[in-house]
Amino acid sequence: MTDQTQHIATPTSEPAKPARKRVGGGILGLTRKDFALLVIVILLTVLAPFLLNPFPTDSAMAQFNAGYPDLMQRFVIFGIFAIGFNILFGLTGYLSFGHAAFLGVGSYSCVWMFKLLGYNVLPGIGLAIIISGLFALLIGFISLRRSGIYFSILTLAFAQMSFALAYSVLSNPKFNLTNGETGLQVYTNDPQIFHNPATTVNAPHIFGLAMRETETLSLGRWDFQFNVGYYLSAFFMVICFYLAIRLFRSPFGMMLRAVKSNQQRLNYTGLNPKPYTLAAFVISGMYAGLAGGLLSAMDPLAGAERMQWTASGEVVLMTILGGAGTLIGPVLGAGFIKYFENIFSKINESTLQAWFAFMPDGMQDVVVAIVYPFVGKGWNLTLGLLFMVVVIFLPGGLVQGGQKIATVFRRDRKASGVEDDAAEQRQAGE
Amino acid sequence: MEAFILQILNGLDKGSAYALIALGLTLIFGTLGVVNFAHGALFMVGAFVAVTMSKLLSLSTTTIDPTRTDFLGNPATIDTPYVVNWFGPEVGATLIDWAVPLAILLAIPVMILFGFIMERGLIKHFYKRPHADQILVTFGLAIVLQEVIKYFYGANPIPTPAPDVFRGSFDFGTLLGFDPNTVIYPYWRLVYFAFAGVIIAAVFAFLQFTTFGMVVRAGMADRETVGLLGINIDKRFTIMFGIAAAVAGLAGVMYTPINPPNYHMGMDFLVLSFVVVVVGGMGSLPGAVLAGFLLGILESFASTTWATNAVPGINQIIIYLVAMIVLLTRPRGLMGRKGVMED
Repeated sequence: MTDQTQHIATPTSEPAKPARKRVGGGILGLTRKDFALLVIVILLTVLAPFLLNPFPTDSAMAQFNAGYPDLMQRFVIFGIFAIGFNILFGLTGYLSFGHAAFLGVGSYSCVWMFKLLGYNVLPGIGLAIIISGLFALLIGFISLRRSGIYFSILTLAFAQMSFALAYSVLSNPKFNLTNGETGLQVYTNDPQIFHNPATTVNAPHIFGLAMRETETLSLGRWDFQFNVGYYLSAFFMVICFYLAIRLFRSPFGMMLRAVKSNQQRLNYTGLNPKPYTLAAFVISGMYAGLAGGLLSAMDPLAGAERMQWTASGEVVLMTILGGAGTLIGPVLGAGFIKYFENIFSKINESTLQAWFAFMPDGMQDVVVAIVYPFVGKGWNLTLGLLFMVVVIFLPGGLVQGGQKIATVFRRDRKASGVEDDAAEQRQAGE
Repeated sequence: MEAFILQILNGLDKGSAYALIALGLTLIFGTLGVVNFAHGALFMVGAFVAVTMSKLLSLSTTTIDPTRTDFLGNPATIDTPYVVNWFGPEVGATLIDWAVPLAILLAIPVMILFGFIMERGLIKHFYKRPHADQILVTFGLAIVLQEVIKYFYGANPIPTPAPDVFRGSFDFGTLLGFDPNTVIYPYWRLVYFAFAGVIIAAVFAFLQFTTFGMVVRAGMADRETVGLLGINIDKRFTIMFGIAAAVAGLAGVMYTPINPPNYHMGMDFLVLSFVVVVVGGMGSLPGAVLAGFLLGILESFASTTWATNAVPGINQIIIYLVAMIVLLTRPRGLMGRKGVMED
């Protein structure tokens, strides 16, 4: 696979070169194509405050803007979550239905670091990755004893168990780890041994720079917001994305693909796939933990609902919608879902009435009545329908959709080219 | 001893629900090879059929009685259900009272039809797709069903009482020679247990003693060969899907008096039912039933005060713990056979 991609990516390179050298070559160990992808992602994340804010602040279209800190943070954080999920599902084909558990564990660990050490986010994020990795090791070790549907069910059961643990079991007065329904948060009587309220800000920060701090740049009628928390999360996402590319192109990634395509044959060749799948599971659990830690860093409140099966289903949908097994797909999917969740939830009946005001009166009411159940509180219904539509018609997700459209155009060109050739030949024959 | 019997009894009704859902799941799984994540939603739809039935029966005409006034001094309005108008006050009242059992009559055709539409319209196209796709599409369907129900019936649980006759409790203690009021058990839960027993027996009898059931069992063992013998196995499997949907729906109908139905009850039960199926052994019908009752009873034992005092919250996680242990020691489940869903 490495040889093949290498060959496709750089058709001019001589295939006779030793493989090792080629893997190490390129920029940051990437082929030119992958590096271009990485650069595009970096540019998109850095320029997101501009790109996601195309409408002037006072215009009627401003509600479609996504360039405000809260939403941008969610884009990149759930992007990390989906990239991690894709390492497991996209490469090995193991469908985990309980990935939200790791997200939740990461969130809780991060808040605990805030409570014990202080508001600097780095220890929290570090602990979130470590704890969720260990948790994933435990769950993965048990769940990976079975594959296929069993695996999905087991991970779902584990996630529900973690939810039950976080929601009620681990929040009794004797041993309060999760603070139950209220959610874990920092109280004034917490130790916070490294926290000095006199010198540092009383909110999550990185070396004194608060996560919530936002610079606003006003250019004419546009207001662009640059948020510290967003750029920190974006920094982590770029690193995660880079690691994911390296992993996809590595021999290890190759083994994971082999697990997906034919595990039996792998067994016959004398290879034990379990260490590879377990490693993939743990890596993707750590990605989820990082995402959870970042969520807590943006808003230091961790609740059990982050671990619920709906949250697990959402990351599956993000990955599938974007395109499982592709590099950029999960990020696209995460952005797509979070954007529309946000926009759809904001729409209410009067907004709809205003939109369809151009229609004749009777028709306007009918259209509003039809659309209304799908927006506002009905976002989950739209999500479910979207889920079904994507799985039924577009199993490869948005990336596959894009490729399909691209091939249609290319085929048209090629087809007309073939006809021309045929015409020429006929003429030559005559 | 009294407490012991009481806990076993308490576990039976929840165990019955688990067993019925797990039975349907296993049926679909064994015949069509599809993992139905929407099966919990079918259970919920069944429960809401009962709610609809009780609402239908109490549809009323409103008349104004000028001779009486309400507390504001306005003429009192009197709601007379249609059934009372049609069948007279006594029969009408009885009909309304018996709404939940009557809902069974409505639920059977509704659920079978629902199952047919679901199988022909959606599941059929997923036989050749990977299991992951089947899981995902049925999961999406479960969300859609849940949200549709929420849209029409609201987010709050809707209390739907059992008939008056079954309101009280049965005193097992006197029957077994203990003191009165030590082992008491609500009548309706007893009814539910008996009902589940009848349904389970009926499904097994249907599969074991009818020609249709024989063909279905043969198809479960080797679908291709049965097809080669000139039998339209797909049609029979579709019917089995309808039956499985009806079983889940009936379980939901009868469960409404025990637990007021809300839109997310299906998913709560589904996760546990999957665990039940895995513990029982995928593809094994007796395993599903056995594991359903076992886990229901275990859960009820874990809910006792001494258990929760020893390990706080054990009742929330006991089922998962047991599932873990079973899978670590017997990866195929209690009664799983070799070669069933091993890929």
